[in-house]
Amino acid sequence: MSAPIQLRPDETFLLNVGPQHPATHGVLRVKMQMDGEYIVKAETVLGYVHRMHEKMGENRTYAQYLPNLSRLDYLGALGYTHGHVLAIERAAGIEVPERAEYIRAITVELNRVASHLFWFGAFVMDLGGFSPLMYAIQDREHILDMLEAVTGARLTYCYYRFGGLYNDVDDDFIEAAKRFIPRMRKSLKKYDALVSGNIIFQKRLEGIAPVSAEMCRKYGATGPVARGSGINFDVRKNEPYSVYPEFDFDVPVYHECDSLARYKVRMDEMEQSLRIIEQGLEKLPDGPIMVEKKPKTIKLPVGDYYQAVETARGSFGIRIVSDGDKNAYRLKLRSPTYSNMHLFDEACEGMLIMDALAFMGSLDLVIPEIDR
Amino acid sequence: MGGYFSDIFYGSKSLLIGMSITFREFFKPTVTVQYPYQTLKMSARFRGHIELIADEDGKPKCVACGMCQRACPSGCISLESVSVDIEVDGKVKKKKVLSKYDLDFTKCSLCGQCVENCNFGALEFSKEYNLASTRKEDFHFNLLKRLEERNA
Ligand code: SF4
Ligand code: SF4
Repeated sequence: MSAPIQLRPDETFLLNVGPQHPATHGVLRVKMQMDGEYIVKAETVLGYVHRMHEKMGENRTYAQYLPNLSRLDYLGALGYTHGHVLAIERAAGIEVPERAEYIRAITVELNRVASHLFWFGAFVMDLGGFSPLMYAIQDREHILDMLEAVTGARLTYCYYRFGGLYNDVDDDFIEAAKRFIPRMRKSLKKYDALVSGNIIFQKRLEGIAPVSAEMCRKYGATGPVARGSGINFDVRKNEPYSVYPEFDFDVPVYHECDSLARYKVRMDEMEQSLRIIEQGLEKLPDGPIMVEKKPKTIKLPVGDYYQAVETARGSFGIRIVSDGDKNAYRLKLRSPTYSNMHLFDEACEGMLIMDALAFMGSLDLVIPEIDR
Repeated sequence: MGGYFSDIFYGSKSLLIGMSITFREFFKPTVTVQYPYQTLKMSARFRGHIELIADEDGKPKCVACGMCQRACPSGCISLESVSVDIEVDGKVKKKKVLSKYDLDFTKCSLCGQCVENCNFGALEFSKEYNLASTRKEDFHFNLLKRLEERNA
């Protein structure tokens, strides 16, 4: 909703949001030139938590780089580690046992639900509702407990290995996951009645911050942001990897382009993830979880490798240029929120500041992942 | 005008639905754990900092091969060994014995590569999580000493 702006340079002022601000969910800084309550121009400033993850990929071996990937996006870390191991496995020609791939898919989807749940809670809290955050965290806690029981960690997992997994899942995990699915479905209904149906919530998001498909393409936005703008793109469907072709699931797409559409995409995605988990648990084959023969130190043949995966926030890509050594010559991480966030500057011109913060919440930013 | 009244009607209804949900939640049992008065049992695979494993005689199983040190991405492990003469079947043999095993937990990412790379099953994760401190030195562990303390 753009407002008529008559710019009077003497009457605008600069508003600094962040780097320490609860609405930016991390150390992101936004410089906003304001005309009263309206934003004339916004500029995001990055780099407060830059940790040189790409450079670190060049000076340590591929196996030693494993823990780094889970430090990018701490809410949906497994998706990122999945991309890394897939890239190396494909480049080195390692065949992963089927059971391992199924477990990977199940755990990644669980992690996606956990990530969306946390986003849901935080987003509604941005808009002023506190209780949904508590309910979401309670559901998320079940997932974290399950993942802790198999991976040993709650957030920064280092579970996948080249050629398989660190350890197998046990019956307790499978039982817990099976119990979790109906519970989560019930919760989703509750969230729908509590939040999606709420009139204040709807009025605050409907028609707010339209992001056209055109703009998504321009900035390379992916994930729920692009799918809320009518772009039907999901790496799991468009460039299938792992065992995803075996699963029957839909990609939710909404054409309204507003903040509410992005919200709906994520809420629907949780249900789709539950479907994948359900099928995965059903089909889970027996067998080894690690390849038998694997080189002790992994060296990739000379070449240029790229692997994209669909994480909770969009398409994450890892590009490895190898010169045949045991570490990468150049490693590039394409993080989805980095592209998604750049929409913000253009899209929020002429917007009310309260709407802009709601818009920022709907982009689902995780700052360490933007800065890497 | 019609939209105005239907909004009021729909709005009040949605608020009542919302309130009935929060009201019901109000009477559900508490799930919060009152830490530190209550604690949870850590899961079997929980990764705390690493710890040396003792053999039957209470000596560390570690043979000081240094694989863990080389595998560690963050360089948190430093170990030293001395070679001592031991008698096996009447013959004097040289054997490497671990003399120092330090872990710098400030840098550890709990990746598990050290445990995975140890071919002698000499390392495990502890279940320790109460490690908060404001001093850096508190996170430099002398694992050999800790092992002796556990044996005592
Ligand atoms: S790899 Fe195992 S045996 Fe070798 S030094 Fe480390 S702990 Fe000791
Ligand atoms: S868990 Fe990883 S970072 Fe920590 S000491 Fe072992 S190898 Fe090093």
